[in-house]
Amino acid sequence: MQTDFPLFPDQASSFAFQVDALYFGILALCVFFALLVVILVVIFAIKYQRKSDDEVPRQIAGHLGLEIFWTAIPAVLALGVFVWATVLYFHLITPPPNAMEMYVVGKQWMWKLQHPEGKKEINELHVPLGESVRLTMTSEDVLHSFYIPAFRVKKDVVPGRYTNLWFKATQVGSYHLFCAEFCGTEHSRMIGTVHVLEPQDYEAWLTGGTANEPMEVAGERLFEQYACHTCHKMDGTGRGPSLSGLFGKTVALEGGGTALVDEAYIRESILNPSAKVMAGYKPIMPTFKGQISEEGIIQLIAYIKSLKAPELTSME
Amino acid sequence: MAITEQDVQASEDAPSVNYLNNGYGLKSWLLTRDHKRIAVLYIISISIFFALGGLFASLVRFELMTPEGDLMSSDTYNKVFSMHGIIMVFFFLVPSIPATIGNFLVPIMVGAKDLAFPRVNLLSWYVYVVAGILGTIAVVGGGVDTGWTFYTPYSSTYSNSNVILAAMAAFMAGFSSILTGLNFVVTIHTMRAPGMTWFRLPLFVWSHYATSLIMLLGTPVIAITLVLLMLERGFGFGFFDPNLGGDPVLFQHLFWFYSHPAVYIMILPSMGVMSEMVAAVARKRVFGYEFVAFSSVAIAILGFLVWGHHMFVSSQSTYAGMVFSIITFLVAVPSAIKVFNWTATLYKGSIIYDTQMFYVYGYLGLFLVGGLTGLFLSSMGLDIHLHDTYFVVAHFHYIMVGGQVMGYMGGMHFWWPKITGKMYPDIWGRVSALLVFLGFNLTFFPQFILGYMGMPRRYHVYPDEFQVLNVASSLGASILALGYVIPGAYLTWSIFKGPKAPDNPWGAKGLEWETTSPPPTFNFEETPLVTEEAYQYGPIEEH
Repeated sequence: MQTDFPLFPDQASSFAFQVDALYFGILALCVFFALLVVILVVIFAIKYQRKSDDEVPRQIAGHLGLEIFWTAIPAVLALGVFVWATVLYFHLITPPPNAMEMYVVGKQWMWKLQHPEGKKEINELHVPLGESVRLTMTSEDVLHSFYIPAFRVKKDVVPGRYTNLWFKATQVGSYHLFCAEFCGTEHSRMIGTVHVLEPQDYEAWLTGGTANEPMEVAGERLFEQYACHTCHKMDGTGRGPSLSGLFGKTVALEGGGTALVDEAYIRESILNPSAKVMAGYKPIMPTFKGQISEEGIIQLIAYIKSLKAPELTSME
Repeated sequence: MAITEQDVQASEDAPSVNYLNNGYGLKSWLLTRDHKRIAVLYIISISIFFALGGLFASLVRFELMTPEGDLMSSDTYNKVFSMHGIIMVFFFLVPSIPATIGNFLVPIMVGAKDLAFPRVNLLSWYVYVVAGILGTIAVVGGGVDTGWTFYTPYSSTYSNSNVILAAMAAFMAGFSSILTGLNFVVTIHTMRAPGMTWFRLPLFVWSHYATSLIMLLGTPVIAITLVLLMLERGFGFGFFDPNLGGDPVLFQHLFWFYSHPAVYIMILPSMGVMSEMVAAVARKRVFGYEFVAFSSVAIAILGFLVWGHHMFVSSQSTYAGMVFSIITFLVAVPSAIKVFNWTATLYKGSIIYDTQMFYVYGYLGLFLVGGLTGLFLSSMGLDIHLHDTYFVVAHFHYIMVGGQVMGYMGGMHFWWPKITGKMYPDIWGRVSALLVFLGFNLTFFPQFILGYMGMPRRYHVYPDEFQVLNVASSLGASILALGYVIPGAYLTWSIFKGPKAPDNPWGAKGLEWETTSPPPTFNFEETPLVTEEAYQYGPIEEH
């Protein structure tokens, strides 16, 4: 995969090629302008070398047409690059709806990763070839940044909020995983490896080794351990809203406004319950700040995601 | 620019009274209100910090010659690169040209006796010195390991180093630049000599005017940001740490609101130096004077609106990112205007191959690379990959070292005869300029490649495949260091042994060349009356 003295990174994700194309596009533009100026000033230096000490050249004040020309051309080209780069950016930050979910918690100085099936990894991430993977990430302490150069993806991992990143690996192999945001003493050792496996190898890897319980099972256990179920009853008769089928819905809030029930909203509701209370309920839920780890919250989210809406047949 | 004939004659009869021999002894320097002496004080003090920052840079390059962390511990390495950044940015680059060459020349160039507030000028130096002492205590007392960016919550909660002391030092250094900026703005507005209209000002003054605006408007923001940081670290106020109810990304917005415009504090003055030197090297009026002047102001204004391009992957909103990206692309335009106009100035000029010319050409080459690589980083889709890698490190060193330090070194050579009244050996000037150019490129060009390959910045240990390019970079750094040490030697030599400088050794235009070398205490025997345009080497032809 890596030679001893490479000059270019591996292209191992679906958008590596597109990012590189933009890179070479801008590079061509830059080489053109740099060469233009360098060739001109070198020619001028040779051609207009001072011949005698009292030589005074013609004093040309300027040229409006030229000024407009070399203002407009760079402006138009710069805007062109802006459009190209921004369109690419939206592609890079928009995961397809069917992407596999995985979870990342950064802490000084390791990456903790978990697959929905329960498999946990530290500083290693196994992903299947050709599948879109969406990571939901947070940090237990300081800022980190999740960076896989071969995939051309990077996103800061921020304490107190969820950030996302997605990719589709296109080449089997092992690639660097770096922390790109300075995070303290062992920052440069907060690195790991991403292993891209053939889908069947990934399945084998997932089922092999010590079996961890799936994230939603762990989440369900926490749901009972913290007695969430005493208020959030599934049939909706509790003091808190039923969580069945709630994920992904937009709900009305007490005091007006709406909120999309996503990972960030659930996390906020656990840590700061009175911030956004669903319409029709009282702000009586206690905070669980400092009582549940970031990983625990992620497992709870996985559990809540797994709760399907009650079957319509049972209502008849 | 006309001035009476007596001045020219006065300089012929040595020894005349000038700002250097008008009073001896430490007290005459430490209590001076003469902007020229304060400039000299600044030159001495920033040189000390440049040497110190350079020493830290050498340690970084030594350590990175091998992938393992074998020269020092990670903790020490983090402190070394942090102190390199803090010292170079706050104690060298920001004051580098404005507080030294600018301090010396702005009053002379506008035809004034001194800056508007001479005591405030001296105060700014003392504030700088106290800040420098605080910074030095922070280093000696164990160092600081947050990087010069002080990102929270690492700096406010987790770091076990002298963050408060270092932040205090940066905070105070900021006040010194506010005072300098204030002095320049007032001086340029109110103290221009008769006939010195705005559009007769040398472009050096225009660029310092733009720089001063940034110093005045931007620096208070970094000051208050550092206060918030100190309050959170010292007393647990929750501004930035989410565990205390704060927002870590807020810190980045506040920090870059100053620190991005500050990048223009670190490049605009050198653009002013370039305009002066291009005109003198080609003995020709700067092409498109008004466009070059206004491009400085445009850079200062647009520079305030692009801070979020440091945060494309920080989780700031996508649409904010788009706005920051497009304005960043627009900043490229005034920079391009300057480069094209300098190029056009050389056209049909009368170009001399002296030290200044070497610096002008070196600057053009390095600034081109530095400016153009900014396009990669302002592209959102590409910045995802490049952010926080060595590509960024290479880019900003091309701007700050390739731009500002080249401008500072070039300017020091250009005005050295005026400041000291002594000439230096031109051949050594050319040799060292060449060494700086070659050494610089060998140091920093490999870092672009390293960055695209994905090597993150601030890494103490790194994967083996990055070693060859890192060794190349370290070799380049040793050549670069030589390029800085040699001028230190021959310029110092010239003070004691150099031949006496004529008033206008380069045959250049501008009021500073019409007074004596070195100038008298009040700059001119008589207030000059300005009757011609800037850089009027001959009759100016309109097009």
